[in-house]
Amino acid sequence: MLLIHCPYCDAARPELEFRYGGEAHVARPADPATVSDEAWAQYLYFRANPRGLHAERWRHIHGCGRFFNALRDTVSDRFVAVYEAGAPRPDAAETKR
Amino acid sequence: MSEPFRIATGGDVKAGAPLTFMFDGVSYAGRAGDTLASALLAHGVHLVGRSYKYHRPRGVLSAGAEEPNALVGVDGGAGRFTPNLRATQVELHDGLVATSQNRWPSLAFDLGAVNSLGARFFSAGFYYKTFMGPRAAGLRAWKNVFEPIVRQAAGLGAAPTAPDPDRYAQFYTHCDALIVGAGAAGLAAALAAGRAGADVILCDEQARFGGSLLQERTATIDDAPASAWLEAALAALAAMPNVRMVARTQAFGHHAQNLVGLCERVGDRDSAASEGVRERLWQVRARDVVLATGAIERPLVFPGNDRPGVMLAEAARAYLARWGVAVGRRVLVATTHDSAYRVALDLRAAGVGVAGVVDLRDAPTGELVEAARGAGIRVLAGRAIKSTSGRLRIREARIGPVASTEAAQEERIACDALLMCGGWTPSVHLHAQSRGKLVWAPAIGAFVPGQAAAHVRSAGACNGAFGLAAALREGDAAGAAVAGGSARAYATAHDPPQTGARDIAPARSAAAKDKAFLDFQNDVAVEDVELAVREGMRSIEHVKRYTTTGMATDQGKTSNLNALEVAARALGKAVPEVGLTTYRSPYTPVTFGALAGASRGDLFDPVRRTPIDPWAQAQGAAFEDVGLWKRAHYFPRAGESMAQAVARECRQTRASVGLFDASTLGKIEVVGPDAAAFLEKMYTNPFAGLAPGRCRYALMLNEAGFVIDDGVVARLAPDRFHVTTTTGGAARVLHHMEDYLQTEFPQMKVWLTSTSEQWAVIAVQGPRARDVITPLVEEIDLSREATPHMSVREGRVCGFAARVMRVSFTGELGFEINVPSEHGRAVWEAVWAEGASREAVAYGTEAMHVMRAEKGYVIVGQDTDGTVTPDDLGLGWAIGKNKRDFVGKRSLARPDIVAAGRKQFVGLLTEDPAFVAEEGAQIVDARGGAGGAALGHVTSAYFSPALGRSIALALVANGRNRIGETLHIPIMGRTIAARVVAPTFHDPQGALLDV
Amino acid sequence: MSEARAANPTPPTPAFPDDAEASLQSVGAAARFVLRGETPAARLAGEALGVAAPGRINRAEAAGLRAMLRLGPDEWLLVADGEAPAGLAGSLAQALDGTPHSLVDVSARQVGFVLDGRLAARLISAGCPLDLRDGAFPVGAATRTIFLKAEIVLWRRAAQTWRLEVWRSFAPYLIGHLAEARRGAADL
Ligand SMILES: [Zn+2]
Repeated sequence: MLLIHCPYCDAARPELEFRYGGEAHVARPADPATVSDEAWAQYLYFRANPRGLHAERWRHIHGCGRFFNALRDTVSDRFVAVYEAGAPRPDAAETKR
Repeated sequence: MSEPFRIATGGDVKAGAPLTFMFDGVSYAGRAGDTLASALLAHGVHLVGRSYKYHRPRGVLSAGAEEPNALVGVDGGAGRFTPNLRATQVELHDGLVATSQNRWPSLAFDLGAVNSLGARFFSAGFYYKTFMGPRAAGLRAWKNVFEPIVRQAAGLGAAPTAPDPDRYAQFYTHCDALIVGAGAAGLAAALAAGRAGADVILCDEQARFGGSLLQERTATIDDAPASAWLEAALAALAAMPNVRMVARTQAFGHHAQNLVGLCERVGDRDSAASEGVRERLWQVRARDVVLATGAIERPLVFPGNDRPGVMLAEAARAYLARWGVAVGRRVLVATTHDSAYRVALDLRAAGVGVAGVVDLRDAPTGELVEAARGAGIRVLAGRAIKSTSGRLRIREARIGPVASTEAAQEERIACDALLMCGGWTPSVHLHAQSRGKLVWAPAIGAFVPGQAAAHVRSAGACNGAFGLAAALREGDAAGAAVAGGSARAYATAHDPPQTGARDIAPARSAAAKDKAFLDFQNDVAVEDVELAVREGMRSIEHVKRYTTTGMATDQGKTSNLNALEVAARALGKAVPEVGLTTYRSPYTPVTFGALAGASRGDLFDPVRRTPIDPWAQAQGAAFEDVGLWKRAHYFPRAGESMAQAVARECRQTRASVGLFDASTLGKIEVVGPDAAAFLEKMYTNPFAGLAPGRCRYALMLNEAGFVIDDGVVARLAPDRFHVTTTTGGAARVLHHMEDYLQTEFPQMKVWLTSTSEQWAVIAVQGPRARDVITPLVEEIDLSREATPHMSVREGRVCGFAARVMRVSFTGELGFEINVPSEHGRAVWEAVWAEGASREAVAYGTEAMHVMRAEKGYVIVGQDTDGTVTPDDLGLGWAIGKNKRDFVGKRSLARPDIVAAGRKQFVGLLTEDPAFVAEEGAQIVDARGGAGGAALGHVTSAYFSPALGRSIALALVANGRNRIGETLHIPIMGRTIAARVVAPTFHDPQGALLDV
Repeated sequence: MSEARAANPTPPTPAFPDDAEASLQSVGAAARFVLRGETPAARLAGEALGVAAPGRINRAEAAGLRAMLRLGPDEWLLVADGEAPAGLAGSLAQALDGTPHSLVDVSARQVGFVLDGRLAARLISAGCPLDLRDGAFPVGAATRTIFLKAEIVLWRRAAQTWRLEVWRSFAPYLIGHLAEARRGAADL
């Protein structure tokens, strides 16, 4: 069981309090009615599956209740960064690693 | 009964009356403080088990957790049977009953030992070749030939059959420093960290702290005998309130961020275990971990090295010093390392006959070697054990020059115990589990910790630093470092340096008959590993799987390095090039009881019951599980079947009135100025125009356009909605809403609060529903005009603040009374009392299902499966036509969603009105099924009391256009014809709702 | 039919073996509200309640039998032991009028217990993975968390006194496990 730092609680909390929420930064189109079938299918079904850093959503569901984003290394299972929902993915240089 | 091999007392053995225990039906005397192994050895009993594949007799090899041979079943009576316990770790108690394993019919005469005559049968790759050979032949041979034999011959112990009557506890705990192992290194670490004020946990798998200090008789620490230093150290630690000391506690798993699993044996040393806890599982989250887990002595590899009486040298020293037990009367020692000389000296000093020390090194030197020679112990240098003999116990060893294969050069030495030492293997298991790296240390021929995970340190022998002085120095430094304290120096003396040699591979004698074993527990010998290499295995991971070496319950603690060396030699490579297998948790087996803890029976899962549940129980209701909830399924009267009870509940509800406990419905209060706008995003329906006081049936889709939940949205005020969800969907729907609110629509001023358990919900349904509740309701006009169908009113019921909704899931006039949960039962009983004169009935979830099916109302999750759209269900009317967007809307225009031929929700009436279809049954368009296209499946089917016949709901391709057609349901050997109809069987115009 | 029947605030729960080391008591009837909104709403609610609204997340402030627990960035749990929700609802609504917020009565949604004694933290640790030592979870800390398969709110009232709030149907599970843990900690 990992310890995950919740950016809202500003504390490391046990993984059991959290729920995973899939890839981060997959924005819902502002006006879905204007989106093509292909683009909509991309939005619905296509997700990154990187070996290495992955930006993903977590919810501190059994704590403060907030969704937030994290950069996690899928190889080491380490959390590299956590940041509030809506904030940009941090440190683009590092993500190239 | 005397104990012929108990030559001293003291150490672990406590004074007092002897204990009695049974092993394989024979009664023995033992002492408090004994392990089962030490007590048996005190009687000269070495033979304790049969090996896994060849059923060779096996004896006690070690004195600790690494024991591969002495596995026993311990029967504590009344279901307390535990197989596969290591006799070296089983603490003796009066009345203990233990049995050996893998022997039939008896330990001394084992029919299975014929396996060793046909040893080729179990050679390397046996399983692989059997399963992966020519497919048909391999499988047939396995099923008919091998499996019956293997099942009889192999296996480790027997699983218990009765429920475990013992109690197991689990606790999380946290500390600054967890120190694993309480030998010299661990104690020094604990002293340093404890003195610096750290919150320390010190654990050791043994009953006593001290590790090898417990068998140390010569060395001194700070000018005191090691035993006196140990006593003082333990007293100092006990006096520190910040140090927790847990004995009998195995650290079995070391996970990310220093989460370490400990299993504490609490009660199994005591036959009265039923009164307390047998084992306690600790999940320790430590800021820092100091591993002081010591090292494991390595066996020597020679033919017949598995005979009972052949043991690890240091184990014999431990049995002597700690339990006063001599492992034999004439002991031969074989070694590549100085440490075995210490064993020979201690035995000689205790009066045990030492036949000699066979040293594989050409010219052993050093303080200990000279001391042995000085004591008159014969040293046979440059010699190796070529073979052993003796049926159930070693009687003789043949000694020859290391490189010789000639029997003529061999000397025969009689002995009743042969102690071996092939050097020492640092116990790096936990370091490796915590994702620390390992590096090869050629000087000791072993892997030692390299780069460690953050906040993990290894100290002493587990770090490859052997000897008392190194253990104290590294332990002290580690303890000081984790606690920010300062290191100190310990002065040790009379602790001669010990070195050993690696890479000595004695030639196999031409006269040797026995295998030279590597893995005692899985019966893997040198020739198996060599065969694996000949057959093409190149990596140790492949050799391991091919031969099963290291794959037994001991995970190869005594064997992995020897196997690795054999493989490396066969491959002509250096050991590090051959690789290393993964160290996995648990270090030693952990009982299922410890892993389950108290989470069993009624405490396995939360059992959620509604406030009205006690009433239903008192009425004799049958219950069904819905998620974690217990729901009243039906209320049988004496002699009634389920079908009869359900039919009565349905008829009586439609004829007069029925009461239903709907408290488990999920409820969410949606509040804020943007509440209506938010709900318009979350549900297909429009809400902007919903007037306060009105309700609307609402459909929730996922973004892919499929129905995931439904419920009723009641507008209490312009900015406040009471939303219901399905029972099973409550938590999921709230999470789904929070997801969109927080991450897609964070600008909306609206907040969500679960009120599922705030409200008890009493559904009162039927033509007389209004009559029943009117006398109990204040501040609400329940008339048809004032409170029409699909409206909500706030007022009082039985004096309690209540929300009364006029809604119906039966098709009858209906109300749902929401009152605060704590008053739910009182209000239910009041309604029940009012209903008594109006032929009220209580109905359960089954009648609810039947009545809603008669109306064709969908149950999400039963009539839907995650691929069903609103239009598929005929619920297109629930979509707000003027809404530009809601979750799932865009997907409803996807090509495959608008394509013709989708499965649609319809009713089915079977030709045979008594036949109730199976839910899930397939539907085809041809009688007999053959050649017919599969068109869909039955989602719900019941006997309908309202219609007096069976009804079914189904998803059928192009179903609405097939109304009037006859389709077919194939079942075992025949097909059932059924007519497609509209999915509303009862009161299709809804006239009964508007009364 | 206007007389209010006696409230039965606690569902049937397993017995807890009270002794000097650990005792468990139901807090009985209490008024509870979930307040959602921005900090000004919390401040106004606190004034109405007579409690200083906790500014930091996962902290509680109490005055007498009333308290505010900040469980999230925009979420406060308001508790008034021994009070009926109706009266408090009125004064809170009045205080909050004009300020965007959500105030929802959850008095009956959950039940409260006080676990007291030397072993109290140990028993909570039978199901809760949080670090409950003084440095990590001091007196006055309060948070939503988990206890095995139940969600709870945990609030440290004093060194050895802990308040637990749990949805009512989970109470038997929680108490059953605490009682088992008490037996499992018999020698600790
Ligand atoms: Zn949080």
